[in-house]
Order: sequence, then C-alpha cells, then structure tokens
Amino acid sequence: MALNPFSSGTRLRDMIRAIRASKTAAEERAVVRRECAAIRTAISERGQEELRHRNMAKLMFIHMLGYPTHFGQMECLKLIAAAGYPEKRIGYLGLMLLLDERQEVLMLVTNSLKQDLNHSNPFIVGLALCALGNICSAEMARDLAPEVEKLLRSRDVNTKKKAALCSVRIVRKVPDLAENFMGLAASLLKEKHHGVLISAVQLCTELCKASKDALEYLRKNCIEGLVRILRDVSNSSYAPEYDVAGISDPFLHIRVLKLMRMLGQGDADCSEYMNDILAQVATKTESNKNAGNAILYECVETIMGIEATSGLRVLAINILGRFLSNRDNNIRYVALNILMRAITVDTQAVQRHRVTILECVKDADASIRKRALELVFLLVNDTNVKPLTKELVDYLDVADPDFKEDLTAKICSITEKFSQEKLWYLDQMLKVLSLAGNHVKDDVWHALIVVISNASELQGYAVRSLYTALQAYSEQGSLLRVAVWCIGEYGEMLVNNVGMLEAEPPITVTESDAVDAVELGFNRYSADVTTRSMCLVALLKLSSRFPSMSERIKQIVAQNKENMVLELQQRSIEFGSIIQRHQSIRSSLLERMPVLDEAAYLVKRASATQATIPAYKPASGVTPGDLKLPNGVAKPAAAPLVDLLDLSSDDAPVTSTSATTTPNDFLQDLLGIGGTNLSTAGVPSASTDILMDLLSIGPSPSQNGLLDLISPAQGKDNSDRNNYVNSVSVTIAELNTSVAEQKPVSAVPQVVSLVPEPMDLLGSLSSSASSSGTKSSTVVPQAADLLDGLSASTSVSGLDDACPSITAFQSATLKIVFDLRKQLGKPQETTIHATFTNLTSTTYTDFIFQAAVPKFIQLRLDPASGNVVPASGKGSVTQGFNVTNSQHGQKPLAMRIRMSYKVNGEDRLEQGLVSNFPPGL
Amino acid sequence: MILQYHTSEIIIFTENFLDNLLRGLVIEYFSVVRPDAAHPANATPADQETQTRLIAIPSQLPSSNLTTSQPSSSSPSMIRFILLQNRQGKTRLAKYYVPLEDSEKHKVEYEVHRLVVNRDPKFTNFVEFRTHKVIYRRYAGLFFSICVDITDNELVYLECIHLFVEILDHFFSNVCELDLVFNFHKVYLILDEFILAGELQETSKKAIIERMGELEKLD
Repeated sequence: MALNPFSSGTRLRDMIRAIRASKTAAEERAVVRRECAAIRTAISERGQEELRHRNMAKLMFIHMLGYPTHFGQMECLKLIAAAGYPEKRIGYLGLMLLLDERQEVLMLVTNSLKQDLNHSNPFIVGLALCALGNICSAEMARDLAPEVEKLLRSRDVNTKKKAALCSVRIVRKVPDLAENFMGLAASLLKEKHHGVLISAVQLCTELCKASKDALEYLRKNCIEGLVRILRDVSNSSYAPEYDVAGISDPFLHIRVLKLMRMLGQGDADCSEYMNDILAQVATKTESNKNAGNAILYECVETIMGIEATSGLRVLAINILGRFLSNRDNNIRYVALNILMRAITVDTQAVQRHRVTILECVKDADASIRKRALELVFLLVNDTNVKPLTKELVDYLDVADPDFKEDLTAKICSITEKFSQEKLWYLDQMLKVLSLAGNHVKDDVWHALIVVISNASELQGYAVRSLYTALQAYSEQGSLLRVAVWCIGEYGEMLVNNVGMLEAEPPITVTESDAVDAVELGFNRYSADVTTRSMCLVALLKLSSRFPSMSERIKQIVAQNKENMVLELQQRSIEFGSIIQRHQSIRSSLLERMPVLDEAAYLVKRASATQATIPAYKPASGVTPGDLKLPNGVAKPAAAPLVDLLDLSSDDAPVTSTSATTTPNDFLQDLLGIGGTNLSTAGVPSASTDILMDLLSIGPSPSQNGLLDLISPAQGKDNSDRNNYVNSVSVTIAELNTSVAEQKPVSAVPQVVSLVPEPMDLLGSLSSSASSSGTKSSTVVPQAADLLDGLSASTSVSGLDDACPSITAFQSATLKIVFDLRKQLGKPQETTIHATFTNLTSTTYTDFIFQAAVPKFIQLRLDPASGNVVPASGKGSVTQGFNVTNSQHGQKPLAMRIRMSYKVNGEDRLEQGLVSNFPPGL
Repeated sequence: MILQYHTSEIIIFTENFLDNLLRGLVIEYFSVVRPDAAHPANATPADQETQTRLIAIPSQLPSSNLTTSQPSSSSPSMIRFILLQNRQGKTRLAKYYVPLEDSEKHKVEYEVHRLVVNRDPKFTNFVEFRTHKVIYRRYAGLFFSICVDITDNELVYLECIHLFVEILDHFFSNVCELDLVFNFHKVYLILDEFILAGELQETSKKAIIERMGELEKLD
C-alpha cells in the first residue's frame, strides 16, 4: 500500500507494538502524540477513505489507554454513514466507546441508525441494534422504537434477541413505551431459541418494572409460558450447547426465576401457580457446583419474594442453612445476603443460625465480615443482646484495625438501643473504649458522658473503673477523654471510694494519683488539643476538689503558659489566674457540672445527623438543665437586656458630651487598635453602640445586634448561633482585656451589665442543648479578666485614697477629667477634682465651669484654680467640688455641665452630661 | 456600707455568671469536637476525611450515574460495566452500560483494580464498590470484573465471567493477554454478541463462536 507520509501510515498492529515497546511513560506519550497528529491530519484531508476505519481503530486503542480522543467523534459518524460492513462495524464500535447518551453529537447518528435498522443485511441491522441498545438516549429511544418493534417480529433469531434487548433499553429510557412492547414480549416467550428466550424474559422483567399495566398483562399472559420454560430447561437431558457443569442453561433458569419473583410478588394466584416448579427446582438442583448454587440462590430469593406456601419457605430456609455451612466463601456470602432479606419474612428461622453468623463476623474476608455484622445487628433483641454483645466485644480485641470502626459503631448502637441497665451499658462501653478507644466515633463517648452524668449512683463506680482502665489502656484516645472528664468531675469519689458497688474491688487512689493520671494524659504525645483542653479543665476542677493539690496543679497549668497551641496557652493563663487569685469563688466556680440533659442530647444527636434541622430548643425559657442546677443558680431572665437598653434610651440621653467619641473609635479602642486613650471615652450611650458594633462584627452583620443576639438562641441554625456567641464572647473578652489594662473604672459597670446577657445566652444554650457546641471556653478569659477588673474596682471604691479618673467631657476643644474620691464611712459623698485642659492653640480666658445635678444630689463647688486655660494643654485649670447622693445605691450619679469661656474675646459655650460615673457613687 | 453591698451584689451576680459559664464550658468541651455541620472547623483531620469521603462519593459518581436515570422506583438490575484489567492495572477492555465521564471511568478503573488486586484467592469473589458490587474473577494475570446492583445474583455473574472467558479462549484458541491487546476490537465484538444493554444476550458458547465466524467473513 502506498503511504502518504502525512497520513497515519502505520498499521494498527504496528502502532500497538510501538506503544508496547515504549519503555517510559514519556515515550508512550510521544508515540501517541505522533499517531494522534497523523490521525488528525488524515481526518482533515480528503481522499483517505480507505484508511478511515483503520484510523478509528487506532483511536479506540488510544482511547483505551486513557488519552483524549474527542476529535474522532465526527469520524465515527462518517464511518457509520459509509456503505460497507467493515466501516460500519468500526464506526459503531467507535460510537459506543467514544460517545455516550449525553453527547449532543449522538443525535446526528439517529438518521443513520434508522436507515441501518431497515437495512437488508441482517448483520448491519445487528450492528445498529447493538449500538442503539448500548447507548441510546431517551429521544433516540422515542424516535426509533417503531423500528425496533418491527424487528422484534423478524425471523432471524439474532435480530430478534438483539431487538428484545434493545427494547429493554428503550423501556428503561422511556417507560411510557412499555405498553407497546408487552404483547410482543409475551409472544417471544413461546420461542425455542435460548438466546431469544433469555432476551425476552429480561424484556418482560423490565416491562414489569416500568409499568403496572404491563405487569398485570404479563401476569395473565405469560405465567404459564414461564413455568413451561423453566420445566423444560430443568428437565431437559444433556444439552451440550447450554451445559454448565451438568446443568442446562443456568442463566435462563435464573432469569426466569427472577421474572417469576416479579410476577408472584403480592399475587397469590400467580404464586400458587409457581409453587410446584419452584419446589422442583429447589429440591432437584445439584448444589455441588457454582452454577447449581446460583440457581438455588435465585430460587430461594423467589420463594422469599412471592406468596409462597409455608412448606416451600421451609425448603428455602433449609437451603440457606446448607449455604451458611458451606465451605465456599462465595456461598456463605450469598447466604448472609439472603438472610438479611429473609429476616423480615421469618426472624425465627434466621435466629437459629445466629452462632454461624457470629462466626462469619470473625471471617478473614472483609466482604463476609461486613455482611455478617449487619446481619448480627438486625438479629439483636432484648433476650440475646447480652451474649451477642459479649461475643462482639471479645472479638474486638483481635479484630482488624480497619474493621474496628464499623464494629465499635455497631456494638455501641446495640448497647445503647438495648441496654436495660446502666451498669451493663457502662461496662460494655468501658470495654469498647479500652479495646478500641481510638476507633470510636465522637458521639459514642459523648453519649457515655451524658449517661454517666445522669446516673448519680454509678458515678463513683464509673470514675473508678475508668481510672483503672486508663492505667492499662492509656493509649486509647477516647477512653482518656472520658476518664479525664470523670476524674475532673468526680475526683473525690475516686479518692474516697464513694458509692461502692457490691462486686466492685476496692482501689486505693490518692489525690496525687488522680492528678498524675490527668497529667500523664495531658503529656501523652498522641493527645490532641481537645484531649489536652479537657485535661486542663479536669486539672482546674481537681484544684478545687483537692485543695492540697492546688499548688502542684498550678505548676502544671503554668507550664503551658507558653504552649504553642493558642487555645492551651490561653486556657492555662486563665486557669492559672483562677487558681491563684480567686480562691474565694473557685469552689463555686468549679462546682460539678449540672446533670446533662439526656433527652436533649439524644434529640440533638438525632438532629445532628440531619445537618440542616435547626437545633432543638425547649419551648419555655426555663431549660431543663437550669432546673437541675444543684446550687440553685437563678438564671437572670431577659432583664439585663432591658437594663442595657434603658441605659442608653432613658437614663442617659447623652449626645453632646460624646461629640468626638464616635462608636467606631471606641470600638477600635476596645480592640486595642486605638490603644491609649480609652480613658477619654466611656459614656454609656457609646457603650451601647459598642455593643451593637461588637455584635455586628459577627459573621452575618446585622443592624440590630441585640435582637440578633437573642434570636439565634431561639432556634436559628446551630452554626449561626455559635458564631454569634463566639464572636460576642470573643469581643467581650477583648473588651474586658482592655478594661483590665486601662483600669478605667467607668467601663466596668457597663461590662458587667453587658455580660449577663451573653452569659444568659450561653447558659440557656449550654444547658438546654449541650448541643450548641459553643466554644464557651472562650468565655473563661472574660471570667478571669472580669474578675480582675472587678477586684480592681472594688478595691478602688472601698479605699479612701484611691482615685479613679473619668473623662467627663471631651470635645475638639476641651477636655475635662474628674478625679473621684470617696471618704471612708461616707458612701453618699464624693469629692471630685476636675481638671480642664485646652486642646486648641488659643488660650481661653474668663473660663467658668458650672454644674447641675438632679434634686436628690447636693452639689458644693469650690473655687477654681484660675480662669485662664493655657493653649495646647500646656497647663490646666482645676476645680474641686463635692456631691452627695441622697439616694445612694438606688440612683446613679449624673451631672449636667456647662463651660463658658472667651477665645480671642469671643464668647464660647459648651455643655454636656456626665453619666459615666462608676457605679456606687 | 451600701456601697459595699452594691459592689458585692455585682460580684455575686458575676460569680453566678462565671459559674454558669464554666458549667457551660465543660459541657461544651465535648460538643465542641463534634464533627457536625456546625463545626467543620473543629473536626479532626480524620473526621474531615470521612466527611469528605462521604460527600465526595456521590459527587464523584452520583448513584444515578450507575443506576441510570430510571423513572421507575426499582433500579434496573443490569450490568453497569465490565472491566478486563491485568495485574498492573492496565485496562484491556472496558465496557460501560451507563454513561460516565472519561475521568470518572479512569477513576472507576483505578479503584476497581485497587479493590480486587490484593484480595486473597480464598476470599469471596465479591467486593462492595461504592453503592454497587463488583464480581471479579482472576484468570492468570487478568482480572475480569463485572459491576452489578447490590442485590443482584452474584453467583450467576461469576458464571458469566467464566462463560465469557471460555468463549474468548475458544475464539483465540488458547487466549492470552496479547491476543486481547492486539485484537481488542474483536473482543468488543464478542462482548457485544454476549451482552447487550447490560443484559445477557446469548448463553451458548457455540452460537457466539458461530456468529463470530460469520462476522469475520464479512471483514
């Protein structure tokens, strides 16, 4: 053959050789690239018709190797349109390989297909049917269904069977067409040729699925035919053509049995009609070869599926029993498979095989294990739960690591579902955690903690056994977590052997042992941040449970002040401060956790599995968790919020004083950006704005921070709420931090009144549904810092010589700072020392300061130090005055001020309201 | 006195608050690690892995892809694909009866190979693959895999594989891998005579060989 150097000159065989000869992937790519280029050129050139199908074949090979071959798609269509069989053959093959039903190009082939379906050459008809059956789209199915129908009536068996299978595809794509085919399908069942028969049976099966009418029609018209086919094929003497291991055509057997299942399902008459032949197949089929077992398997399925007589059912169950004890893994696998389905039909029969099934759970083959485990799970009931669980737990020890996760999940759900006694549940969970603690899912040990928290009589036992288990299996992550949590909560029960059960061996654990255990857990290299955080909390709690250990715990905690993990670092600093500085409140701070609400947890867990469902929230504001608080903490209701709003709206209608203090500045100050001049601001109205701002920096910026703050609590999406609370708490923490740094006493009351609200939120969140998953841990900094701030302010206000300063007024021109002084024993009376500073570059003359107070306050002004305020803050005027609050403790101090002065002879007047006095004045 | 009372009231208040917080804190400590939707950021790497895996499977290969867009409730119990791979994972034949993207096909081929290649010969010939089941059988260095519905009759597909191999063996008289490589288009042709639209077309070896003989003459 004369070869054009630009055409793909090589033969297919040569190309395959060249590709196979490539030693590296790069070499192979080069060969492929060369060939592809040649094929492209050939495609674009005319006059290469004789090479087209060779090129297509090459392209298919290249496609099989995984290279892109889109450019060949049109070439397929051209080949299909060609006249000869060889071209068409390759064209259709390429069509099936390179294209599928989703490509638009496929529509272009519809016409060619239609012509080929009507072709006089049966082989070409066969090609077209094959392509249609393998890749036709719904549109093509609709267009070409009439042709296929016609071909179903053909005389040629090859055409007939292909047309039948093509119809299967058509009906799958367009179920509406089912009725057109049902008559033809039923008549095909009268054929003798097995190929036609099996195709027809499969078509009938598909029709039954696609249409109820077709199902009814076939029930009426072909059940006899089916029974006859099955009888013929199973009674036939040796037929070499269809023989598989001594059984005549097992494939046909199985397809017929399957169709019978569809017809017999829910139809007693049909089922009745099949009884005899099914019994015959079930009893007479040889079961020593795979083919025979395949038939038996299908037969059992059919018996289980139809309305069979009880005798037939017994037969089927017996076959299953034989399967289950078969040595062949494949057979055991299918036995487990059908048992799963049989369990709804006959639970007792399946229960009889429990022991064997349990053995299968321990099989080496993962496929069998998985089936068996699922089956065991279905078999568990109240009576057998204990022995079954014991078996599974025992096996856990030796199970494949890969399998442990599945196994623990199943054991845990079994124990949860069927546990009648908490003690038993506890013991099983303890074993699971000890043996496979690294493989259990998080909600398993969460649930365990909830249960322990609810079982007050078992808490002692739980903490002791967890402690003991931890000594032996400290490498199991979730065991460590649960143990650490319990030691933190119930440390004293561990040490004092509180609530000993009868059968429980006494153990001696000293306080330092308990701390050791937690410390060891913390230092385990495998412990993650969560575990370590839990250890820290446990240590903090132990510091209160065991005062003698306090010093040591303080040291352990202090070691982590420089931890690389921010979370741990922050936590340890906060905890350190609680241990060190707040002994008086520590014990109440570190009370035992309130009983966790089991119902809420379960609901939450259920909802967590359906991610979008909003978190469960009890209807009333009073949450179950709150009611159970042991020390009777009264939860402040919505009041703080109202107060907070009042603060800004009624009591303090401040505008003028805060002329320059925009909320934004203040926010920046709070966040420590602005830094130094916090003490210049601090008016209540501003603080409200801050709150707004603080809230609106949350993930979804809102106009009305406060309302949003509440609404998430009332059942918005979980994450939303958490983000809110998180951002709120974080920013509050920052607020507190700056408060503590700057010690502007004035800010404290706002913080205090502001904090209860988020706290409230957190409280309700955490108690109602421990769900929220809030990182309330972030709240602790506030705790610590807030305490700092408070202790500072308390000491300040208690002492004579303390003199907190507030910036009473600041504008662009003038700044007034009040130094406050209390006299011991006279809480009502406050001595104020005012300092006036000129912020402009011009001197103020004739400066007069006036103040007005509400009626319940008495004011006595001392003379000022002068009436000239030098420019640029180079000096200041001071003035002392005295206020007596007759309603001290009930109403806060408030003051209206007015400053008049002259700048270059011009009169100026400024006024404002001072309401940022610290509380208690 | 009143002042002190006042401040201490605040402290008591705060104390309760802290108390609550701390209680909250510890409660939260074990919900914070939950890998639920609310806390993707808090999920441990392993959690994330399982999550992505769970999510990824349908996106990689929507079950509707393997089950085809079937309007009726029951999925068709058809063959989804047939693979013929050697031990190195080279695909020698791949026939898909459901539409898949090329990239998905490659992924499927890779995954199926991984699944079957290391299994003990004593194990079952069935492995669960995504939402389906692969029935495979090894002949010398070649793995024949058929992917079917999870509830389908595994044993009969095992027989199918064997019948197909017998046909190939007969057609190429003592088939070996190289025959399949160089005559891949003929292998496809045989398969098209054996299985069509994911259903069995012919169960007689003799009939298929005869048919192939007729087709060969036309080429």
